[in-house]
Order: sequence, then C-alpha cells, then structure tokens
Amino acid sequence: MHTIYCARRILTMNPSRPEATHVAVKDGRVLGAGALEELAGWGKHELDERFADKVLMPGLVEGHSHAMEGTFWRYVYTGFFDRMDPDGRTWPGAKSVDAVIARLREASDALKDPAAPLSGWGLDPIYFGSRRVSREDLDRVSRERPVGVLHASGHILNVNTKALELAGLLRKAVNHPGIPLGADGLPTGELKGPDPMMMASPHVGFDREVLAADELGLRYFGKLCVRKGVTTAADLANLLPQEAVAMMLRVTGESDFPARIVSLLRLQLLSGQALIDRALELRPQSTERLRLGIVKLVADGSIQGFSARLRWPGYYNGAPNGLWYVPPETLREAYRLALARGVQIHTHTNGDEATELVLDCIEEALQAHPVRDHRFTLQHCQLADAAQFRRMKALGMCVNLFPNHHFYWGDQHYAMTVGPERAERMNACATALATGVPFAIHSDAPVTPLGPLFTAWCAVNRRTASGRTLGAAERIDVATALRTITLGAAYTLKLDSEVGSIECGKRADFAVLEDDPLEIAPEKLKDVRIWGTVQGGRLFPAGHS
Amino acid sequence: MSERIPVTVIGGYLGAGKTTLVNHLLRHAGGRRIAVLVNDFGALPIDADLVEAQDGSTISIAGGCVCCSFGSDLIAALRALAQRAPAPEHLLIEASGVALPGAIASSVSLLTRYACEGIFVLADAETVRARAADRYLGDTIERQLRDASVILLGKPDLVGPAERADTRRWLEGYASVVEVERGRVPAELVFGAAAGGAAGSGFARTPFVHPAYDSVSFQSLPPLDAQALAASLAAPAAGVLRAKGRLRGDDGAWTTLQVVGTRFETSPAAAGASDAGLVCIGLAGCLDRGAIERAIAGSTSSAALSR
Ligand SMILES: [Zn+2]
Repeated sequence: MHTIYCARRILTMNPSRPEATHVAVKDGRVLGAGALEELAGWGKHELDERFADKVLMPGLVEGHSHAMEGTFWRYVYTGFFDRMDPDGRTWPGAKSVDAVIARLREASDALKDPAAPLSGWGLDPIYFGSRRVSREDLDRVSRERPVGVLHASGHILNVNTKALELAGLLRKAVNHPGIPLGADGLPTGELKGPDPMMMASPHVGFDREVLAADELGLRYFGKLCVRKGVTTAADLANLLPQEAVAMMLRVTGESDFPARIVSLLRLQLLSGQALIDRALELRPQSTERLRLGIVKLVADGSIQGFSARLRWPGYYNGAPNGLWYVPPETLREAYRLALARGVQIHTHTNGDEATELVLDCIEEALQAHPVRDHRFTLQHCQLADAAQFRRMKALGMCVNLFPNHHFYWGDQHYAMTVGPERAERMNACATALATGVPFAIHSDAPVTPLGPLFTAWCAVNRRTASGRTLGAAERIDVATALRTITLGAAYTLKLDSEVGSIECGKRADFAVLEDDPLEIAPEKLKDVRIWGTVQGGRLFPAGHS
Repeated sequence: MSERIPVTVIGGYLGAGKTTLVNHLLRHAGGRRIAVLVNDFGALPIDADLVEAQDGSTISIAGGCVCCSFGSDLIAALRALAQRAPAPEHLLIEASGVALPGAIASSVSLLTRYACEGIFVLADAETVRARAADRYLGDTIERQLRDASVILLGKPDLVGPAERADTRRWLEGYASVVEVERGRVPAELVFGAAAGGAAGSGFARTPFVHPAYDSVSFQSLPPLDAQALAASLAAPAAGVLRAKGRLRGDDGAWTTLQVVGTRFETSPAAAGASDAGLVCIGLAGCLDRGAIERAIAGSTSSAALSR
C-alpha cells in the first residue's frame, strides 16, 4: 500500500521528466512521479489530495548553514530586517538604536532575576549611519544586569557598563585594537574580534558551549528547516566530539525530527592524520538523518571583517590584507591525505587570494593522488574571478557561493571593502554556470537567515539593501536557481543520488509551496509562501502562529 | 595584590624552531613553574604533541569566529590558567605559524593578571628570506618580524657567512637579532636573570654567565622612575636584549621592570625584604655599561626634579 499525492504542479528537477501532477510515496521513498494512471500501476494506493492546490518541489537543500541558528533564537533578536523564529513568529526589524533598546528593555523587564544576563543578537548598526552603539545606550536597557548584543556579522559584541565591569574592562588604558575608547578614556562597550568578545561573552550569557548548538538548538533548527522548506541542511563546521555526535544521533533519530543534517568535521587540534582518521571513524556512524564524514577547513577570514585574504590590489579602502587561518602546509597535508583515503573536504575561502592558494594546494595534491569525483568544494569563495572558476572546473571541484551577501552587505562591498568592479563579480553564479563548475548557493545561517528561496531570490536579482542591482551580468534565471537549491547543493554533499529531485527511488523529500516559484515574478521569489515539508515521507506542516 | 604572571609570546613560521625553543626553555626553567599555551588558531597543532609538557601544564587553544565557532580559546585558557593553584610563574605562548604574535600580546594585555614581557620571533636562516618573498606568506612573515621584541635567528650554521651576515642585517631592520642553534638560548634571555629567586633572597645572587653574552647587575639602587628607566634601556643604543628589575619609586611603591629588545613593561610588585636591583643582558661586545649607568642616573628622582 502506498500513498499518491496529487498537486497543482510538481517541479521534479528530474531532467527526463521535469514536471508531474502526482507523486507516489512508499516507505519514505518516491515510487514514482507522473500522472495518476501511471502511478496506479504500482498497485493498491491511497490518494491524498491535501496538496491538490499546492506546488511540490524536491525538499530544499541548504548547503552551508550552522545548527547554531537554532540556538540564537533563545536570545533577543535585534536585527534590522524582519526575521522569522522557529515558531513562525516574524520579528520585525529594529530600525533604529531606540527600537533596539526598546526591544531589549522589554525582554529585560520580563526577567525576574535582576542579576541575570540579557543577550541579544543580529545587531547591524551599519544601517544606523555612522552612529555607533555604546555602553550608555545599553545602560538604558539595564544598569543592574549585564547586557550584550552580538552583531549580525558575529565579529562584534556590544555590552553595557555592568558587563564591561564584570569583564574587568571598565578601566582606563585598555590598549587593544579591538576595543575603542570613549572621550572618558574608558571602553565604549564595543568589543571587536574573538579575544575582546570573549572577555565579556560569558558574562552576557553567550556561552561558547551553548552556541555550539545543543539539543534545544538542534530542535529549533529543525523547526526552522520546516518553515523554510528545507529537508536537508549542512551544519558546516562542528568539532563533533563524541558526546555531541551521541546527542545529534539521538535528536535526529527521534521519529518527528524533520530534517537530514550533514555535519562537517571542523579541523581543530588534530594533526592531518588524526583529522582524516576521525572523519573515517565518523562516517560509518551516519544514519538516515545524520550524515558524517566530510571535513571542513578554513583558509581565511571574512571580507566585511577585513580578515579575508585578497589579491592585489587588496581592499578598496586601503585596509591591510587579512589573515591566514592555517598555514599552506596544513592545507596541503590535509588535501593529500584526504584524497588518498577518500575523504571529501570543503574549504572556506572568502578572498580571491585564499581561493588561489587553495586551488594551488589542491592541484598539487591531485597530482600526487589523481582521484576522480572528489568533489572538493570551495565554500563562500565570494571573490573568485573567471580564471579561478576555470581552474575549479579543470580540477573537478565544486563551489558553494554566498549571494545573500549582496543583499545584506552588497552596498558596503561596493563602497568600502572591494569597490564597484569586484563587488559586481562577487558570488559569480552566472560564471560558475557558464564554466560548468557544479555549484550551490547558501545562507551561512545564522550569519544571514536560513531560507534557500530567499537565497535563490538573491542570486536571481542581486539586489542590495539600498536597491542597487549589484552585477546584473552574474544573475541567473529562476529555473537555474531552483535547481541550485536542490540538486546543486545535494551534489556538493555527495547526496544527489538520494535527494535533490523527485524521481523513482529517491527520498520522499518535498518542499510544499503555496505559490508557484516559476510563475511568481522573479523579484517576488523570496515571497513564495511555504506550507511546510515532507521529509522521508513524513508530513511536517509549518503551521502559522 | 598578587603579582602578575609574566608571559612570553613565541612566534615565527612553521619549522622555524618554536617547539624546540619551548622544549629547551622547559628543560632549563631553573625550577620555575612554566605553563605553555599552544595557540592553534585552527591549525594542526603538530607542535602540541612534541612539547614536553610538565605535569599537564600544556594547553592547546584555538581561535575562531562565529562563522566557524564562537569566541576565542585564548582568553578562556588564560582565565583558567590564572585560577590554578599554585599559579604558574611564567607562561609561554607558542603562536601558530600564521598567527601575528603582536595580536596575541594585545589580547594577553586585556587580562590584568598577566604581563606580557616580550615577543620572541624565530626566523629560519635558510628559509626566512624566501618566505618573506612568498606571494602568499610574505606579508604575514613581515608582520611577525615587525611584532618581535627580539628575533632569534635559527640554523645560522647552515648558511654561508656572507648570506648569514646579509640575512642578519636585513632582520635587524625589524628588531635586535640573536643567533641561536637548536633553540639553545640562555633561559635568562626569556625569563630574565636571576630575579626569579625566592622572595627576600636578595637580587642577582647567581650571576648570569654565558660566553656569548655580557651582563651587568646593580644592587641597592636609589628610588627611581621605573618607566623612564625602562624606556632608556629599550633604546637600541644601550645594547640591552633583556633587563629585569625590582625597583622602588619615590613613594616607596615597588615596581617590576621588564625589557625585552625594544619592548618594555613596568608593573606593580609586592613589597619584599629584598633590595632594589637590576640585571641587564646583551650580546657580548654590544652591551653598553656606560649607557646603562647613565640611564639609571637619569631616572633617579633627583634627575627627574632637575629636568
Ligand atoms: Zn559558515
């Protein structure tokens, strides 16, 4: 006995049969997609018409996010843009410092313990002009309790006077490039970079272990996936100690956990040998909803944080070049061992110099171990130029680009970080497509909100927050964008034989949509309404509160 | 107040000999309780396995940001270390091959329990110039050298005399250079000479003797301005590579003075029965006793008054 769902339209992503009206599901897998008469041939079935007016797509695949997005929602959202929480409530953007303060104060007043810390996240003061948020601003929230607000970029933390005091930083002569001082000689409360942030973060409730995505965070993340039509999501950098693996196995194994999590092992405190050993030890622990065994490396920092490595002529505003996060020797060793032992590696490169170095290192490793279909993937790879895409193609690599950046920071990239020409080539989806490099697009949630249809909108429109079209020549069409957020991302995770299209034998993973993404105007793609998902044949209505 | 824990940052690219140096210092710690932090910054801490740790006092740490993992282990590790009883008497931080040691020193300065005494950057005589010209690494190597209080030039015996002299001259554009084979620097250069003796045991009891170095020591110094003295000793003319002192100010308050190369630091010290004293170390033939005496004379309270 199987179920046949009828739908207004089914976009299958199966090139042999791109569209269908019905899909038959058995044991969590697709028995077939086609017309009802065709599917009836499989025998006794039950016709389910609940999706009769809906559009089905393959469950969306987020190729680069962090389960930490789920964790952040226990803190107060203070971002500039509207954002939906795991329960479906949309938090309106806080459009001024006063609005940020008001929202934090409301949360502060609701806390019973006067000494309990208050934590906010998602702050993006670049939209408030040159006005910086100061400790005096946050003192208006509370003088008694420590208050800390993490910026959207994740690289800056604003704290109030109480938090500075607890951090031991309410003193004169603090001398650190990441801690600006006010006219009174005391820190302003802005803490930039990991070390200054870490001075205060434990006092304002940002515990590092909690942020690494705990059980509650993972559950929240699953709920967000449902709301965004996502059935498979990569958790791109996890240290994956065995306790965390055990927790993730347990939570994702629960019968109502709605997503398949692909958790990548982040290089840390391991030798190249130990890293690959660990990846191979993790791989067989994979289950249907937790996939393990891929490795993540980080070559450089971020462009908006000026820590990405750029080639000549460097940053547009003259900032010094960024930082290497690992020595080239380390990259070379890891690639060589991974190729020799069949482990896939995804590497974070933001600046084009980091991309160049990684291409060099992979080329060298491939000469020693000419492995086919390694699918080594560059993550972000925002500044790559056409020549670098040609090298990726020649080396058999994939790329996962970050078009959400155009919307959130495109104006800053144009005016400040890389300047007009390179800002227009950032996240060059059209070049990747034309060159034949298999590619995905991503949100890097929580850096930007999880939502592949929004990411697709960014790649299709390349619109910045101020309304500029940033690099019209690198836009891709809607059909391509939809394929990219399904099969494209699945391919980079080596899951394209299981998910990413609706066809016989694949997982019954669907994004259930109220609107047809191919019919809605391309500039409205982000507004496509999502009913929820079907994951492994299980129904997950998002519900709306 | 408890005295601050002195910190030395050891930087330099992979293979420059950082771990060898750390091991050498641990072996010649002269009974000091030394803690070692290996700043990994996401890199392979190959070195961590090799560090010959003393009773588990080696901690590997990693940097990071929210896009990978939140926060920095450096601050957390420093905090945890300060809680230990007994506290370490000296902390060595081995920076990763691509880390900027000056940035690590800045972060150490955020915690008032610590005082960063110096940044030693290792340079490999055979490879440092090629690395500094490398298209990917050049600016990182230069930034590391620029951060150095003292540059330790390793494997000097493996290059010819002309190349050796040439490399030395080039490095001297960044900081004072000391040649070192297999990490064998006198531990006093890092820890300071003989000032780590038991409290009240007097100063400079064990004179520092080394064929390649000169040292001068002063005892029963009059009250003087430690900050002014430190600045004069750090000026290149004095030829001081390392100075350490316990000094008394006009107001009777005690201060510790630390000079490493051109970097200096003074911090409040606990009052003790011991005498005010100073030990300076420099390369043989370079240490200028006259300049040091003038610096002391120029830093006494009477000199300050007459200025
Ligand atoms: Zn990421």
